[in-house]
This record gives sequence, C-alpha cells and structure tokens, in this order.
Amino acid sequence: MNIVVCVKQIPDPAAPQSLDASHNLNRSGKLILDEADTYGVEMALQLVDKAGAGEVTVVSMGSAADVAGLRNALAMGAAKAVIVSDDALRGTDALGTAKVLAAVIERERPDLVLAATESSDGYTGTTPVQIAELLGLPSITFAKSVQVEGTTLKVERQTESGYDEVTAPLPALVTVTAGVVEPRYASFKGIMAAKSKPLEILSVADLSLGDQTGPLGARQEIIDVEIAESRAAGEKYVDEGDGAERIVGFLESIKVL
Amino acid sequence: MALSNIWIVTEPSNGSFTTTSLELLTEARTLGGSISAITWGGDAALAAVAGEYGATTLYDVGDLAGALPGAPVASAIASLVGSVGTPDVILIPTSYDGRDVAGRLSARLDRPVLTNVTGLRDDGGLVTEHPIFGGTQTVRARFTGEGPGICVIRAKSFAAEASGGAAAAIAAAPAGDVGATGTATIAATHVEERVGPKLEEAAVVVSGGRGLGEADKYALIEEAAKLLNGAAGASRAIVDAGWVPYSHQVGQTGKTVKPMVYIACGISGATQHMVGMKGSKNIVAINKDPDAPIFQIADFGIVGDVHKVLPALIAALKARG
Repeated sequence: MNIVVCVKQIPDPAAPQSLDASHNLNRSGKLILDEADTYGVEMALQLVDKAGAGEVTVVSMGSAADVAGLRNALAMGAAKAVIVSDDALRGTDALGTAKVLAAVIERERPDLVLAATESSDGYTGTTPVQIAELLGLPSITFAKSVQVEGTTLKVERQTESGYDEVTAPLPALVTVTAGVVEPRYASFKGIMAAKSKPLEILSVADLSLGDQTGPLGARQEIIDVEIAESRAAGEKYVDEGDGAERIVGFLESIKVL
Repeated sequence: MALSNIWIVTEPSNGSFTTTSLELLTEARTLGGSISAITWGGDAALAAVAGEYGATTLYDVGDLAGALPGAPVASAIASLVGSVGTPDVILIPTSYDGRDVAGRLSARLDRPVLTNVTGLRDDGGLVTEHPIFGGTQTVRARFTGEGPGICVIRAKSFAAEASGGAAAAIAAAPAGDVGATGTATIAATHVEERVGPKLEEAAVVVSGGRGLGEADKYALIEEAAKLLNGAAGASRAIVDAGWVPYSHQVGQTGKTVKPMVYIACGISGATQHMVGMKGSKNIVAINKDPDAPIFQIADFGIVGDVHKVLPALIAALKARG
C-alpha cells in the first residue's frame, strides 16, 4: 500500500508572525514541519506497516531553501519527499496549491492520500478536498481514526454531536485530526537514514500548470490589512488566597451571579 | 452596485437549518438582491424556514442516501451555475460539510474560495473581512476574476433574524453522476451525550487547558460549569491530548462561543484558541503565568494556581447554594 502525505513547512508558530509588503505571510525565517502534518505521517507509516508492503511519500509546496521539515518526515520513516519550489508560486492560493499538489500526487498513483485538516499558518482548510476533486477521489475529512480493510477505508469522522463511521473504496483522500495517532519522535538511526533518502525538488514548469498558479491564478487580492479593534486588558490580581472570592465579586458585578 | 444574486448553502439540522446557515441568510438580506438557498433532503418545512429568513428559492439536491454531502452538493451547485446562471457569490458556512462542499465546488468550477470570512461589505462589489494572527489584524479582500466567488464564513459572524417572508419555492437540483467522488458513505452515526446547555448557546462557559496538569482535573471544569449553569469548554491542547472529546473544543478548529462570561482556567491563550472566544462579553482568566497572552484580553484576571483558585471558586459557588 502506497500512501502520499501532503505536508507543509511553516514558520515556527512560537515566533511572532507578520505579513510582507505584498501581504504574503513572512516565511523568511526558519521553517519547521507543521505539527498538524506529523499526525498524517505517523498514520501513513502505521497503515503501510500493517499492510506489510508499500511506502510513504511526502509531498509539499513552498520554499526549498530550508528542507529540515521534510527531512523530519523522512527521519520519522517516510521513504521519499517531493517539494515543488519556485519563486513563481509566491502568492498562490488554496486552489492553485491543490493543482500543484494534485499534479505531483498523480505521478505517484497512491492508494491513499493523507493531509491535515488545515495548515497551522494559513488555515484555509480547503486544499485537501480540492485535491480530491481534481483527482476524482472520494474524501473523508476530520478523521479521528483510520483503518484499511482490503480495498475499503473505514474512518471515524468527527461531527458536531459526536462522530460518524464512514466508508469509502480506495483510492481515496483522508484529512486527519490531531487526535488520530501519537506521532513518533525520529530516532537517531532515522535521522541518519533521512540524510540519504531521495528528496526531489521540482519547479512549476515541471508540472505544466501555466498561469494557474501565483498571484495571477489566485484571482483574489488583499485590499488592505488593518489593526483590529482590540480588547483592553482589564483588572488583574495576584492570588493571595482571595482569587476565588474576587471572581465571585466580578461575576456578581456583571449579574451572572 | 448592489449584489443582485446570492446563493447560500444551508445545512439541514433537525427539521430546520444550522444556526450558521440562518446567520448567512440574514446577512444576505442586508447585501440586497435575490437570495437562493441550496440544501439536501429538502421539504416543505425547510422551504418555510428558508422563506422566513429571506430566500425566495430553495434548491434541493434531494436524499443523499447516506453519502457525505461534499461531492453531490458541489456537483448540484455546479450544474445550477450551468443551467440558471452565475450568482454574484456563493456563501457557505464553516462546518465539516460546508468546507467539503466549498473545496469541491471551487475545484469543479475552477473558482477561488475565500475562507475564515467574518464580515461582508458591498463596496462597489463584494469585500470580505478575515481575522488573522488571532484576530489582532483584519484582512479585507475581494475576488478579481470571473464569478462566482465562493466564501466560507465562520459561525457567529452575524446574528440570525427571521424576516417573516413566505415559504421559498422548492426547485430540484439533482447532483447527477459524481462517480468515485461520491462513494464516501456514512455507515453509522454516534452521538456523544453532554449534559447542560450547548457550548455555543451557554451564557457561561468554563474552559480548561494544559494548565490543569492532568485529565482527571477536568472534572473541576465540569463542576464549576454546572454550578454556573454553563457549559464546559476546552483548549485544543487538551483535546489533542485526549483528555476530553473534540465536541468541547473552543477555537479556530473548534467552536466559536460568545457567552456572557468566559472563564479560562489554565489556558495560556494561543492564537488558535483566542479566535474562538474573544467575542465573549466578559472574559475571566486564571493562570499562573502573569505574562500569559490570555491576560491581554481578559476583563478580569487572577494570576494564581488553578488547582487552588478553581476548587475555592467551586466551594464558594456551592456555599451560595
């Protein structure tokens, strides 16, 4: 069973975020593998392991100036990585990204495509399903458990009130939530092995997508960015055994009590 | 130029539509023009609700026979664009199924989608507003190509209000053959029971985060919520850690809440969490770190150990009866 996992290298969420002059997210600093993607990588490794054959390929789009995040996925156990990196892709929207990733995935012909429900930097949350539509695959989003039995996919999908058991035939696409599996830490052996694993860097010209990517393909623009009206910090007290009492007083003042 | 034609995906829920669907119908009335709703499993009752909130036509995709809505509903809307023409914009609620419909429709029509929208303005064309960086900045954006643009809109961006219109006319909008894309099927549905008011509707929400230290301590959150006749919420960190079910999660990937008071216990205030609760009327925070970001938006903050303050609060509430 061959699985492709869509991953993204993002600016460290712990570092302050900013927009550049063209309103793109500033990605000039260190990039890391989006933590949300580690769940998909782990899920894929476990499914391939259970199937007894096949491999995991990670597919990405973005700057290849720093590929530490992809090496991290390889160190966890993925067999190879493919990243489409091209200055012409700056300003590409979710649909353009889906077209790029779908073109790469099509070459791999996997049995299953996994992705996070959304990235932790852009959180658009539509790219995986756009990929599924472009590739003509069924999709099950927000999976909290994923099993494969023969050629049938069995997924527990989160809902507003609980979860649904959903099935689909393979090949298919699934987006996984953070609760789906506990991602492993890369071992020293894995980190060493990752250094010699294949990491292919493609340009947009390799995919014949013409002007469907970049700012032109996005067909949307940011008019402006404003500082939002912020809530002012209110009263703050250090608890000296009277914290609960003070809260009760506040709740009384707003007539909740 | 006012918008002349708005389509809205309205998700059926217990004989009506989801609250977010009703919020979109309400907001569409202020943007002007004719409003059409698109649903599945439609009937006279849903047509009445759609009309009451301002839609004149209810397109019905029909019974989905257990299929997940994404593929068939997107296919039906794409067919409608071909048969009845292109609306100015298609509005879709941010929800599990809403995002599926939006993604598939975008790829099918080859049209862009703007997500996490919390405001809509008619400024000689549609302008969308999106909070970024935890709501500290607002991006205003617009579509520049051929329509229809697709907008995915967050819950509670607008208030839902009926206008008292007559029932919408029902028109069939079949999905057609969606091939393999429509093969994801619901085999069984599980409802996780929760007691007390719903998280999104409660006047008081008491939420817990990583600062609770361990899963067992979440019982304190539930107890405080119960005493205040409120609902218990959670940060993503402790949902991911498996301490509480996902249905409790407040934030970007969870629920948006706007209660009278939100009490954050042991929650530092990650961007992802603040987006889901910063609209609360009052925010109370208990955290041992005086520099925790949550204090920047809290009306009332207690710098202290949640393991001491929360049990004391529970005792004080019990003493009041």
